[in-house]
Amino acid sequence: MPAARIEDYGIIGDGRSAALVSRDGSIDWLCWPRFDSSSVFAAALDPVHGGFWRVTPVGPFRARRHYIESSNVLVTTFETASGEVRVTDLMTVLPESEKERRLVPEHELLRVVEGVHGEVSIDVEFRPRPDYARKLLPLRSRRALGVRLEDGAHLYTLRSEGDLELHEDAVAASRFIIHAGERRCFSLTFDTDGPAVLPPLGDFARESVERSTMWWREWAGRCSYAGPHREAVVRSLLALKLLSYAPTGAIVAAPTTSFPEKIGADLNWDYRYCWLRDASMTVRVFLELGYPDEASAFGSWLLHSTRLTRPELCILYDVYGRLPKKEETLDHLAGFQGSRPVRIHNAAAAQVQVDTYGEVIDAVTQMCRHGASLDGETQRMLRQFGEYVCENWSHPDHGIWEPREEPKHHTHSRVLSWTALDRLIELHERGSLRRIPTAAFQEQRRLIRAELEERAWNSRLRSYTQVLGGDTVDASLLLLSWYGFAGAQHPRMRATFERIQDRLQAGPGLLLRYEESRNVGEGAFGICGFWAAEFLARGGGTLEEAEHCFEEILPYANDLGLFAEEIDPESGDPLGNFPQAFTHVGLIGAALAIESRRAEASAPPPRLEPRSGETAHLGVRS
Amino acid sequence: MNWGSWLVWGFASTVVLTTIMSGSQGLGLTRMNIPYMLGAMFTPNRDRAKIYGVAVHLLNGWLFSLVYVAAFEVTHLFRWWFGAAVGLVHGAFVLVVAMPVLPGMHPRMASEIRGPTVVRQLEPPGFLGLNYGVRTPISALVAHVVFGIILAIFYSPA
Repeated sequence: MPAARIEDYGIIGDGRSAALVSRDGSIDWLCWPRFDSSSVFAAALDPVHGGFWRVTPVGPFRARRHYIESSNVLVTTFETASGEVRVTDLMTVLPESEKERRLVPEHELLRVVEGVHGEVSIDVEFRPRPDYARKLLPLRSRRALGVRLEDGAHLYTLRSEGDLELHEDAVAASRFIIHAGERRCFSLTFDTDGPAVLPPLGDFARESVERSTMWWREWAGRCSYAGPHREAVVRSLLALKLLSYAPTGAIVAAPTTSFPEKIGADLNWDYRYCWLRDASMTVRVFLELGYPDEASAFGSWLLHSTRLTRPELCILYDVYGRLPKKEETLDHLAGFQGSRPVRIHNAAAAQVQVDTYGEVIDAVTQMCRHGASLDGETQRMLRQFGEYVCENWSHPDHGIWEPREEPKHHTHSRVLSWTALDRLIELHERGSLRRIPTAAFQEQRRLIRAELEERAWNSRLRSYTQVLGGDTVDASLLLLSWYGFAGAQHPRMRATFERIQDRLQAGPGLLLRYEESRNVGEGAFGICGFWAAEFLARGGGTLEEAEHCFEEILPYANDLGLFAEEIDPESGDPLGNFPQAFTHVGLIGAALAIESRRAEASAPPPRLEPRSGETAHLGVRS
Repeated sequence: MNWGSWLVWGFASTVVLTTIMSGSQGLGLTRMNIPYMLGAMFTPNRDRAKIYGVAVHLLNGWLFSLVYVAAFEVTHLFRWWFGAAVGLVHGAFVLVVAMPVLPGMHPRMASEIRGPTVVRQLEPPGFLGLNYGVRTPISALVAHVVFGIILAIFYSPA
């Protein structure tokens, strides 16, 4: 069977972990018990050695798939010459009230095979390879208790309505014929906290599918967005929910590692961590779509996770707020379509990115605008962040794009320092934040703006630039309006937008993140295209232009509506870790801005305020 | 029989035994989680089961320590090695006799033969508790031996 491409994957999860299911019915990526745990299936990174769990028709077939509406329950329909069969994949989820009343395994992945018409011969191959395939552990049959694999205290139990044959190379397999109207369930559970909980199959499993579907639908049904692209927005929202770690409120950037940013190259990174910047952006869309609990959970996680390093922030943490282990390569894995090395953990954790402070403070400000109040500990944390920004904003950093090179004076980072102080002053004026050195913060904010207006604007280029005194642009400059630093209608921002289009456009709706991308053959960044659409919606263009730009990017999603980090400008294929929170955040942000612009279109003047609430002109404030 | 000494050291040794067992589980040596198993007799809620189970286990240990103390008093052996021996026998009894019959007593535990049902979903321990990991017998025996040693050393006869 040919190796799957990135767009061939769908995602299922339970708010603690996630699995990728390929179009041919193979689970090629699964890490339990957490996103950043070692994998038990990693065929996506090595089809031969990585391990997988395949439920697929024997012989040629055509597959089509979809999520059950407003859920993360994936249905793949296989059409063969002899009949049609449907495979439903999900990780079971339950409301807390249900957990009070029943035993619940720590994790359960259910696969339900149903004959639709005719008869179809199905092959099942369960090939677990724990610890990123560094271990080959025996499978043991415990009769009615299923096929077990023990990895230390971790127990994986596969149970099936039908016999599974054990092979010597730690493979469980079966082949059966399923007729129209018949069903067969498979349950894979994971336990480490105590004796395993083994839910029964049959009707109970089918009820689990219904309960899980209902849970997702109820959750997604609270989405307040009612615009024309609701399906895409809800799918993005559901993808973001899958990347949230429910026990702590952390939000990971993506559930995978080393899905390549360029096929065959070494741009392969581990994204199974919580980037404060990305998470803060995710919190904002949760808030705007009517999910304050998720935002509040992130706030609690932030308070807890940064306690040891405060006032300094690391750029990324694991879901429990710990720093990643030392980055290492897994040289025994072939890599995604030969893209080596496969990396785990992330050395970017050691970088300095000053913009992180602004992102975090802005996220907290958004929460306050939605009615949250700040306890004393959080206020103290924010004050410390403000003081840190005052002392450090003038230092070079690695910036939003995390190049593994010497620090520079990035315009985006500098603007986020301005944002940090601007929001703290706003919080103080709102009465949410007591006792800040207001005069000092105002003075530093003024100094930052003065420097940006003088050194980040290149009059020859007629554009803001990626670094102070530079002559190149990057897509993060589109965010200057978003943060309220410069209104989208301002001539400088319009000119910057034009320069970005000139230099970074990589195809219809596609933008590179910076000019260097062309030299290294990097793909277009999905979120940058959405930033452009949002910029237009915020006053940088007409409503029609914004809609056109937005609609040009949407088709780059795969058939399930999922985006990776990047898009290959030549083929339109996704590149990088998948699915990527950052891109889906961009999609929702653009959709919201367009909808807001549409709502205001009839009420003159047709101009949007920046999200910060600051007047959208340079130099008006501070 | 020194009731005051039994109360203090029976409780202390039970705390140590519970700590060793929970520590073994936390360190990944075994999945045997006695508080959860005991508590799941009363509630399916995992978090609440652990709380109930800790209370039941402390009470059980306290009562079992009475048997140890009785053995010391009857034999007049208040030596650490005798406490260890009683602990070894106790641990072996739990592993060899109690564990295999647990599915018959536990309302939420599945059976090796019949498998899980809607109500009975908890994995049974099997012989020596080996279903919970190959190091389960070792951690259980060590915990019970330490339990016996503490009682033998610190219990003061009347």
